[in-house]
Amino acid sequence: MPAPSSRHGSLRRILALVRKESWQVVRDPSSIAVGIVMPMILLVLFGYGLSFDLKNLPVALVMEESSAEASAAVSGFELSDYFQTHPVKTMAEAERLLANKTVSGIVRIPQQFARDVQNGTAEIQVVVNGSDANTARIALGYAQGAVGTWLAREAAQGMVLNSGASIDLQTRLWFNEANDSTYFLVPGLIVLVMTLIGALLTALVIAREWEGGTFEALFVTPARPGEILLGKIVPYFVLGMLGLALSIIGSQVLFGVPLRGSLWILVIVSMLYLLVALGIGLLISSITKNQFVASQITLIITFLPAMMLSGFMFDIRSMPLLIQGITYIFPARYFVSVLQTLFLAGDIWAVILPNAAVLAVMATLLMTASVFATRKKLG
Amino acid sequence: MKESFFRIVALIRKELLAMFKDPKSRIVLVLPPILQCLIFGYAASYDLNNVPYAVLDHDHSAASVELVAKLDGSGIFTRVATLQRTSDIDDFINDTRVLLVVVIDQDFERRLMAGMPAKLQIIADGRNSNTAGTAQSYISTIATDFTTQWREENGQDANDGIRVTTRAWYNPSLETRWYMIPSLIGTITMMMTLMLTAMSVAREREAGTFDQLLVTPFRPSEIMVGKALPSMLVGLSQSTTILLVAQLWFQIPFEGSYFILYLGLVLFLAAAVGIGLFISSLAANMQQAMIYSFVLLMPFMLLSGLTAPIGNMPEILQYLTLINPLRYAISITHQVYLEGAGIRQLLPEMLALVAIAAVTLPFSAWMFRNRLT
Repeated sequence: MPAPSSRHGSLRRILALVRKESWQVVRDPSSIAVGIVMPMILLVLFGYGLSFDLKNLPVALVMEESSAEASAAVSGFELSDYFQTHPVKTMAEAERLLANKTVSGIVRIPQQFARDVQNGTAEIQVVVNGSDANTARIALGYAQGAVGTWLAREAAQGMVLNSGASIDLQTRLWFNEANDSTYFLVPGLIVLVMTLIGALLTALVIAREWEGGTFEALFVTPARPGEILLGKIVPYFVLGMLGLALSIIGSQVLFGVPLRGSLWILVIVSMLYLLVALGIGLLISSITKNQFVASQITLIITFLPAMMLSGFMFDIRSMPLLIQGITYIFPARYFVSVLQTLFLAGDIWAVILPNAAVLAVMATLLMTASVFATRKKLG
Repeated sequence: MKESFFRIVALIRKELLAMFKDPKSRIVLVLPPILQCLIFGYAASYDLNNVPYAVLDHDHSAASVELVAKLDGSGIFTRVATLQRTSDIDDFINDTRVLLVVVIDQDFERRLMAGMPAKLQIIADGRNSNTAGTAQSYISTIATDFTTQWREENGQDANDGIRVTTRAWYNPSLETRWYMIPSLIGTITMMMTLMLTAMSVAREREAGTFDQLLVTPFRPSEIMVGKALPSMLVGLSQSTTILLVAQLWFQIPFEGSYFILYLGLVLFLAAAVGIGLFISSLAANMQQAMIYSFVLLMPFMLLSGLTAPIGNMPEILQYLTLINPLRYAISITHQVYLEGAGIRQLLPEMLALVAIAAVTLPFSAWMFRNRLT
């Protein structure tokens, strides 16, 4: 009989544990729900559902004058893909439509528009519903653009309205020339999937074992705490990588999001992040030992920061300093930086190395801490 | 009738005791809503106020210096570098040191003097195209201000051609925070109540006490009410906490009526709790209850209009949002909170919530009985 400390025995014990845990994962429909169903739902929602690119925004069009100039000015709105115009007679009617949400904005050509154009004092009024501030701002930007298009066309036809100096703004969007918001949502998708599988599922499963006392039961076996944890981690690690594979394949096949960096760097960095997430899940569950509390804490310190504080949706640099400081505590921000760069820009080491290094340090610390937390409970 | 009432009260008391007896659970019910509201109130904003940028000035003229000074003084853009060569642009954008580079053409001033359009190029990091787009629209506004000022200073005919004047209802300075924080009232409350409810039955089922409850004189509908009301109470107190943070801390003006807001919240919570109980009746244990509620919560949150407008979604998904209680909660809180809407305007949302509750609550009561066999 081999001594319990021999390397061979350790490997055999770990394999046995992995087999047991894997059966548990495969048999539990909720693991499949998180590992496979959820990535697919998120993929569809992020790919098709969420879009910041406004199209066909309904606007009421109030023309208080029916001159050639007025019709020409509104043609910019009528021809634009961004707007869908609904002509109405009076401003009062337009305001009623805006109030009951039939339209998202009002474009008003005031009386004496043609005369004002000659005098150079013409004005087009645009009113939006500011409750949804982001949509409203985008809409205002498009409105400026629609008027600008008309002015440029007039100028090209020699009907120069504007003889003063002006600035012709030309923008080039690097890495995302098509200005497609799916491009920046895919990195977010991967972060959410890995976080949910790594942290939430693990925290729940282990907290459940603590609650039921089956975790302590493992302690009376010859398996050491490190081995027990390894046995727990491996199946969820595999599940997480499966989620990653689904997300990458889906984003390439369904949405044609480019992957400009190397696949193997993407896989390695994702593994690091998955280890961090698993570590957080293990640590929370062994501290709380309660499923409800563990899940709520995991949500607050992993899932919500991954969504709100990682920079995938909201720009970190514009947050107040204190909040910016807080974002450095959470691993998601480092992972999102690497993902955005790998998918859209390429292998830029100046971005990848520092962020990957932080993730590696976090993974080491968290894994050590969870082994320690488990061992302490033995005494 | 009277007996039924007393039975339900007893059950509610028992549920509240079970929820609050554990000190850890107590903290989890109170602290996170406040923390989330504060952190996300500050973080969840599409407004930019600290955009690092670099300038590549080929012109070196008075006009170009003035334009750069205007960008620096805007309070939005922070210049981190002044580039000398076009080839430097790559480095600064690639390693995210700057979000954008402003390139001023060599005949910038000359063209302005001649009254011709002067070229200003922006090269922006599109890794987050939303942020880049917002930054670009800020620059466009600054450039317009600059030309107006420049014309006046240089005695050019101040003919503005056509000005677009803009006005935003309900949120004059277009702050994202005014949109986000009222949305959080529904979002945070939904996350907590849905999970709390889903867990409450699953926990008893796991411990075997649910079968005991079924053999008592309680009717399934009474058990349903006894399970639903405590969660709704917790949900209401959480909404109130967030409402207080929104008004006292973030100072977002409340335009509507509290009665209408709370009526909307009660209906919303009934619908959310109904979904929670529905999940609970399907789950075999707490872990499944938790996971299923989470898998459902994600689409609820993403399809609620919280992060991206519903009007932008493809039609099929827009129809799907019709069964999403959070969509109605966010719509009601916005309309009441920011727009001061009356009850007639909110009738469609409220009726939809009633319909969701009217399906999910009786169904889960029926499931309580039928799962046993």
